[in-house]
Amino acid sequence: MGEAGSHVEGSRLDPWVDSYATRAKNLSASAIRALFAVASRPEVVSLAGGMPYVQALSMDDMADIAAQVVRDRGPQALQYGSGQGDVSLREQILDVTAEVGVHAHPDDIVVTTGSQMALDLVTRTFCDPGDVVLVESPSYVGALGVFRSYECDVVHVAMDDDGLIPEALQQAIDAARAAGKNVKLIYTIPSFHNPAGVTQPAHRRAQILEIAQRAGIAVLEDDPYGLLGFEGEPPRALRADDDQGVIYLGSFSKTIASGLRVGWAIAPHGVREKLVLAAEAATLCPSNYAQLTVSQYLATQPWREQIKSFQEVYRERRDAMLESLQAMMPAGTTWTIPAGGFYTWVTLPEGLDATAMLPRAITELVAYVPGTGFFVDGQGTANMRLSYCYPDPDRIREGVRRLSTVVEAELEIARTFGTAAGTPGSLSGSGESSTPAPDLA
Amino acid sequence: MSHRNVLVLSGGLSPERDVSLRSGRRVADALRSARPEWEVLEADVDASLLPRLREHRPDCVVPLLHGAAGEDGALRDVLETLDIAFVGSEAAACRLAFDKPVASSLVSGTGVAVPEFVVLPQSTFRELGAPMVMEAVAERIGFPLVVKPTRGGSALGVSIVHRSQDLPPAMVSAFAYGDTAMIQRFVAGTEVAVSVIDTVDPDSDADGPRALPVVEIEPEGEMYDYHARYTAGTTAFYCPARLDADVTAAVSEAAVTVHAALGLTDLSRTDLIVDGDGTVWFLEVNVAPGMTETSLMPQAITAAGLSVGEVLAGMVEG
Repeated sequence: MGEAGSHVEGSRLDPWVDSYATRAKNLSASAIRALFAVASRPEVVSLAGGMPYVQALSMDDMADIAAQVVRDRGPQALQYGSGQGDVSLREQILDVTAEVGVHAHPDDIVVTTGSQMALDLVTRTFCDPGDVVLVESPSYVGALGVFRSYECDVVHVAMDDDGLIPEALQQAIDAARAAGKNVKLIYTIPSFHNPAGVTQPAHRRAQILEIAQRAGIAVLEDDPYGLLGFEGEPPRALRADDDQGVIYLGSFSKTIASGLRVGWAIAPHGVREKLVLAAEAATLCPSNYAQLTVSQYLATQPWREQIKSFQEVYRERRDAMLESLQAMMPAGTTWTIPAGGFYTWVTLPEGLDATAMLPRAITELVAYVPGTGFFVDGQGTANMRLSYCYPDPDRIREGVRRLSTVVEAELEIARTFGTAAGTPGSLSGSGESSTPAPDLA
Repeated sequence: MSHRNVLVLSGGLSPERDVSLRSGRRVADALRSARPEWEVLEADVDASLLPRLREHRPDCVVPLLHGAAGEDGALRDVLETLDIAFVGSEAAACRLAFDKPVASSLVSGTGVAVPEFVVLPQSTFRELGAPMVMEAVAERIGFPLVVKPTRGGSALGVSIVHRSQDLPPAMVSAFAYGDTAMIQRFVAGTEVAVSVIDTVDPDSDADGPRALPVVEIEPEGEMYDYHARYTAGTTAFYCPARLDADVTAAVSEAAVTVHAALGLTDLSRTDLIVDGDGTVWFLEVNVAPGMTETSLMPQAITAAGLSVGEVLAGMVEG
């Protein structure tokens, strides 16, 4: 048996609770996050996660590449590397970015552990607590988490079906400056937006660049999906038309494999110097093994063909998603039409709350991400993000069928009680605590 | 029998899956530490479970599933059908305990105070008109009141309602977790949890259910909700509770009474409120109490000078 009984006087079960930084306050248990634990079960059709469909790769080829890297370049692959990243990979990255019109010198590139790390490095380099970062409405939850962790003042700017609205951007800059605030970054995902699924047309990109240049504010362009369009040429990146005002973030997570964790930033000289030092402080260097694997893949595999293959997979799934939504969702439900990427952004009929509805959806074995996770200010209650990247078309159709019954039931309740569903305290929250972990399908 | 083959079940499909997985991992580790010679395996509850149970036939199953199937008796019915021993209450008792109105009614018959409540399915509101039904209920129960799903744990779907305009959204929130809701008078006071174990007391050799030290819960906010339950640092715990000796005795006795009245076995945790007058009010009872790092029963076990591994091992051996 155990020792003598121990008394507990006011224990909060964490001796460090008074030592944490204020910014750690948001890092807490969330009932929404817990619901996603159920979504990982095979019975549940998950339209919630953002996992790329890496099964489309040839695993035999990937095994050969991994073996070649260790056999031929093992001592380098298993050793520390440059904080800026492997120089041969940086040269190859420029072949990839040329597809979206971005040309640069290999020295302008900093290789990072996924573009998520680049987001972190840029934010820590630019932002003091209280500095304003302008983001889209909605915005990528992983970016919001980074901005909040550096105690930035995140301000959402309105979007429409063509993405960020230039007039709203100008107004947000003016309002922030009128309030005496320091606007440091304009964060945008111009192509195949996560979570909104929309893409900025060329004329709008030009307007956004002009506003940013006039205001002297750096644009942080996040472009993980740029090569995953379903029609025509890839959209031309903002960075292609402004090499001094735009910091461009790219990633191999969607075009090769997310598990390799290789991304990059392309930045003007002065910024890049600071990013390299910040990167060394954070991780010393990105994984040499992963970098050389990517480098070997790009050197030996028909990567452009593989990207086309990914495009086909995701286009078929996008079509299944949109056709199912059109056929099954109750009147009053609307959604965006993504021309690429992984997601569509759904707006529920008036009076419904996607967060409050989630437990019912989980019970009916379908999962989505409530819209509030993509805002820092409580917006998005009527929205949800549906992803079509991982489930096959039949599963997507079944998922939407289940979701439509959930929405119907929720409408019935809203009619009965004549009210929008309330989001109880236990389901409140935004950002990373109310969205799934990265390993949810 | 020194060597045993024990299967810890956790996970499932309820909204409390995550909590259950954490409980399961913790208990499995505790059992391995307490009985290194045992084979302690863990499993989720899915289509692979029955073939696994038939093939490997564990000597004992430790069900740590929270929410439906795990606590409503369904899984235990299956184990009983397969004639596989398990720790915890039998299926029939679980069915009574898991349904909050049924348990409340049974407990009320034992003399333990139960806050007044009304139980209404969603269809009643639809058929009779929600505004009139809510008005009648609010008039009867009075504000503040508590709205909760009749089945389920971790305070999911539970709201404290102070004003009539907040009642409809609270009802909708509860109905997100089930078709029937319980509307209950809110009792202000000291919130306590009393764990009961049903093993031989090593000090006295006495058998039968006995209460472990009372845990007092002091959440930061008004409610001991999901966030407060599973985020270390957001709730202060006192064990033993800061209650007078006679009140401590009363809450302990109430928990043992609940355990016995519902025919529970091995372990349970009863949640109670002590109001300003010292009256002990029953809220609910759990047949598969949480065993996570922030859960209440492990705190009570530790305060009693016991260990989770030894207590659970004793139940497996018993």
